[in-house]
Amino acid sequence: MEEKKIICIGCPKGCALTIKHTGKTINEICDYNCKIGLEYAENEFVQPKRIITTTVKLKSGYLPFVPVKTKEPVNKEKIFEIMKVISKLEIESPVKVGDVVLSDLAGTGVDLVCTRNIQKVS
Amino acid sequence: MKKLVYDLVVVGGGPAGLAAALEARKNGVKKILICERAPYLGGILNQCIHNGFGLQYFKEELTGPEYASRFIAEVENSDIDVKLGTMVMEILEGQQIIGVNRKDGMFAVETKAVILAMGCRERTRGAITIPGTRPAGIMTAGTAQSYVNLEGYIPGKEVVILGSGDIGLIMARRLTLEGVNVKGVIELMPYSTGLIRNKVQCLDDYGIPLLLSHSIIEIHGKERLEGVTIAEVDKNLKPIEGTEQYVSCDTLLLSVGLIPENELSNNLGCEMDKVTKGPVVNEKRITNIPWVFACGNVLHVHDLVDNVTQEAEIAGKAAAAFINNEMNKEEKVVEITHDKNIGYVVPQRIDALNNQGKVVKFFLRVKNPDEDVKLIVKDNFDHTLLSLSKSIVEPGTMVTFNLPRKFVTKDTSSIDISISKEQPQ
Amino acid sequence: MKTDVLIIGGGVIGASIAHQLAKYNMDIILVEKASDVCMGTSKANSAMIHSGFNIDGEKLKGKLALEANKVIKELCDDLSVGYVKPLGSITVGFDETDLEKMKKTFENGTKNGIKGMKLLNQKELHEMEPHLNPEAKYGLFEPETGIINPFEYTVALAENAVLNGTKVMLETEVLDIIIENKTAKGVKTNKGDIEAKVIINAAGLYADKIASMVEEIDFDIKPRKGQYFLYDKKWGKILTYPIYSAPTKVSKGMIIVPTIDGNILAGSNAEIIDDKTDLGTTSKALNEIYINAISHLFPELPRMGDVITTFTGLRAASTSEDFIIEPAKTVKGFINVAGIQSPGLTSAPAIAIMVEGLVRELDVDLDFSPKANYEKGRQAPVALADLSYEERTDLIEKNPDFGEIVCRCESVSKGEIINAIHRPIPATNMDAIKRRVRAGMGRCQGGFCGPKVLNILSKELQISPLEVTQKGNKSFVLAFKNKELSLEEGDRNHEKISI
Repeated sequence: MEEKKIICIGCPKGCALTIKHTGKTINEICDYNCKIGLEYAENEFVQPKRIITTTVKLKSGYLPFVPVKTKEPVNKEKIFEIMKVISKLEIESPVKVGDVVLSDLAGTGVDLVCTRNIQKVS
Repeated sequence: MKKLVYDLVVVGGGPAGLAAALEARKNGVKKILICERAPYLGGILNQCIHNGFGLQYFKEELTGPEYASRFIAEVENSDIDVKLGTMVMEILEGQQIIGVNRKDGMFAVETKAVILAMGCRERTRGAITIPGTRPAGIMTAGTAQSYVNLEGYIPGKEVVILGSGDIGLIMARRLTLEGVNVKGVIELMPYSTGLIRNKVQCLDDYGIPLLLSHSIIEIHGKERLEGVTIAEVDKNLKPIEGTEQYVSCDTLLLSVGLIPENELSNNLGCEMDKVTKGPVVNEKRITNIPWVFACGNVLHVHDLVDNVTQEAEIAGKAAAAFINNEMNKEEKVVEITHDKNIGYVVPQRIDALNNQGKVVKFFLRVKNPDEDVKLIVKDNFDHTLLSLSKSIVEPGTMVTFNLPRKFVTKDTSSIDISISKEQPQ
Repeated sequence: MKTDVLIIGGGVIGASIAHQLAKYNMDIILVEKASDVCMGTSKANSAMIHSGFNIDGEKLKGKLALEANKVIKELCDDLSVGYVKPLGSITVGFDETDLEKMKKTFENGTKNGIKGMKLLNQKELHEMEPHLNPEAKYGLFEPETGIINPFEYTVALAENAVLNGTKVMLETEVLDIIIENKTAKGVKTNKGDIEAKVIINAAGLYADKIASMVEEIDFDIKPRKGQYFLYDKKWGKILTYPIYSAPTKVSKGMIIVPTIDGNILAGSNAEIIDDKTDLGTTSKALNEIYINAISHLFPELPRMGDVITTFTGLRAASTSEDFIIEPAKTVKGFINVAGIQSPGLTSAPAIAIMVEGLVRELDVDLDFSPKANYEKGRQAPVALADLSYEERTDLIEKNPDFGEIVCRCESVSKGEIINAIHRPIPATNMDAIKRRVRAGMGRCQGGFCGPKVLNILSKELQISPLEVTQKGNKSFVLAFKNKELSLEEGDRNHEKISI
């Protein structure tokens, strides 16, 4: 049985977890302190996912860009593909926290949402 | 010059100022004015578009702007007055503030209390005197963050980051996502000074090396940055001869520390703590001037905004008690001391007589990373009031704990906090 | 292009000469290769108006410094330039050797006509400067030294010249001198040829290069590098007088000087180098200056932390260690004003008067009749810090830009920044703004106001934010618009630092 040590990034605490595994099968997850940690370890071993936070071009807004995030984590290896998709987007103001910029980002089934309220500038 | 009258002026409309103003309102203060220098509320959170905020306070993981939006909405729905684009120039001894903006020009506000919530600034290249030339392409990580996230500009394409503080780590990821080559993070100390979570999700995820015990010893480039010379440092933090390495780059971001912005507090005459670089306060966040309160990064640099909000609520509540004449003017001061393993503790003193809440919340930072330690709180009679085990402590992560008020009696004159190695069982 | 007088170099010397000659009815063009005036030696010095007490009065530089002291007050008043004079200075000594040197300086000062000097004993010394190293034993006080802002001064001289008809061409470099029949006829620049009846070489570090375009010369300008610390204003109260450490063979001593804006300027060492563009500070020199001068004199001053910045100044030192102000030897119509190192800033007005004399002696047809509508002053830029609260309110009512504070550390408003961009000598980059209105000169070093100043420059100059520079030419602050880089196709180098 092998052991893999990882740091949980589920919250700012950054607990150190141990995944005991045989090949690609998880045998046991140790040293987690909450269910976020457990879930993170399970996912990280099988299919690492990350939430992406970035900005999207905004038309006629008080500011030229609106901050956005993926509503859920997306597959880590798709990050740069997704960033390219996001780079081509431009949305119209006004925008509110939670407004969906694009659904099913790059076929991941995950929405890209706004994280700031920005008014339109006349 | 326009003259206004308020019960409370809050200097700064970031997370600290917003929460303090709201808490004061909840506790009965009627006329509150928030003065904010930006054209919008939210403070530094507006450029912190990454997540990691609110897990404690809202039990949800939010991005900076989302966290701010909740408090901004509450303020906008209240009768708290806000002046945007407004700089507070002076706080005068007679409980007056002088402010300036486009619309009002210079104006004076007569107030019963002031809450300082001005936040902090970043340490500069100049302050750490890195030798070499002074080309374009050198800026602090926060300034770069402002350019990228608010203005929509990227400072360069080959970046080196000095300092493993959180802002530097976050920008390493941010720039990488926007197509920049972040060549590495250089850290003077033998340990990272940011949250370990950020090392993983900002550096490891993208193959960005972290060079511990390294320093930048020279900057090159006449008009625009061309490169930096880095070197390993010894345990006295002095460059080791023979380890020099030239790294070509066009941008250098500095993430070498935050400094509370206390120009107003200094000029007013607040007693300052040399280590935190913020005012000395008691547990209600009152400074040595009875009508001046402080909270958030202006008091000491936080790493979690959730703690800022809690601290601001303490200050807001206390300011309300003061304004409503519900605060006993006499104080029984209990000094807080700490051992040399601890960098600083806030609050620096406790007012034993004017109770506010069942616990006193302490914030502290250790000087050096350590494992398996005990945090021990004793009073002047050498009674152990509290003993906490901590598996990991590090300077980059603030330690917090609550001390039940009942342990502070009228006979307590000082409380000492120490960190020592856990004795093996 | 054609003109009567062509001045090469927009430092304090070139600007002073332009200011002097602009009193008369002749056409003047001043060419400066950098993006602003005051970019060479004039930009990085100790910001002092030397009284002349510690300068050799036999040398030309000493004579001119003493002459200049007589006119500087009126000049600064006319031009609305801030200065503090008299302020005085104290030379500090630690032992008998220092005392002997100071006694010699005392004699020198007396010979130069400086009155009111006094040798101080240990008690008197520490009464005047209580924060001095307690081991300092001796002091030489002299009451006439002054302090000034060299940027403000140079810009004011140049602005006044422009007001009176001088044409100032920035980013204009002289590539060659046109000579016909052993007479200088004009210059070739990167912006075209300019015909001129008289050419004045005030090119600072490059005065030898320019002079040798005309004839073989017998002098060299070797840069003497000096490094400085600029301390946060909160240390401003640590001293009252400019302090000299005891003099050495090559310098008047290192200085710790209060600046007119309230900072402390400390330095500088003296290192002869070859590269006229080497403006890098070095670890070795900074440490030496700190140990030997700064902490030696004022142990409370920190090595870092409350340091605003460190920087380098290059002095245009000539091989003769004196000013070289004379017409070319074999070619007519050309005057060299070279080797102007300390006390260059101090001597500037006297140098200008001397150069006028030399120009008059040239066999050239120039109109020296006084200008009819000559303006001896200038409209000084509005500085909010100098106005009362009521005055500021009136100003903001007329122009709300003055109510928007952009630089928090130095309290500089948007109105002041916009004004600086549209002045007779316009500020067109971040550092130029910093030098004129102090935005970016404070303890956050432009961290907060940088993006705002950049936006103002972009808008006022009608250029993209990507075209705004730090200090002219190609020193761009930003590189890409967001999203442009990530959409770039093709191989990009993502090489990391190897561990």
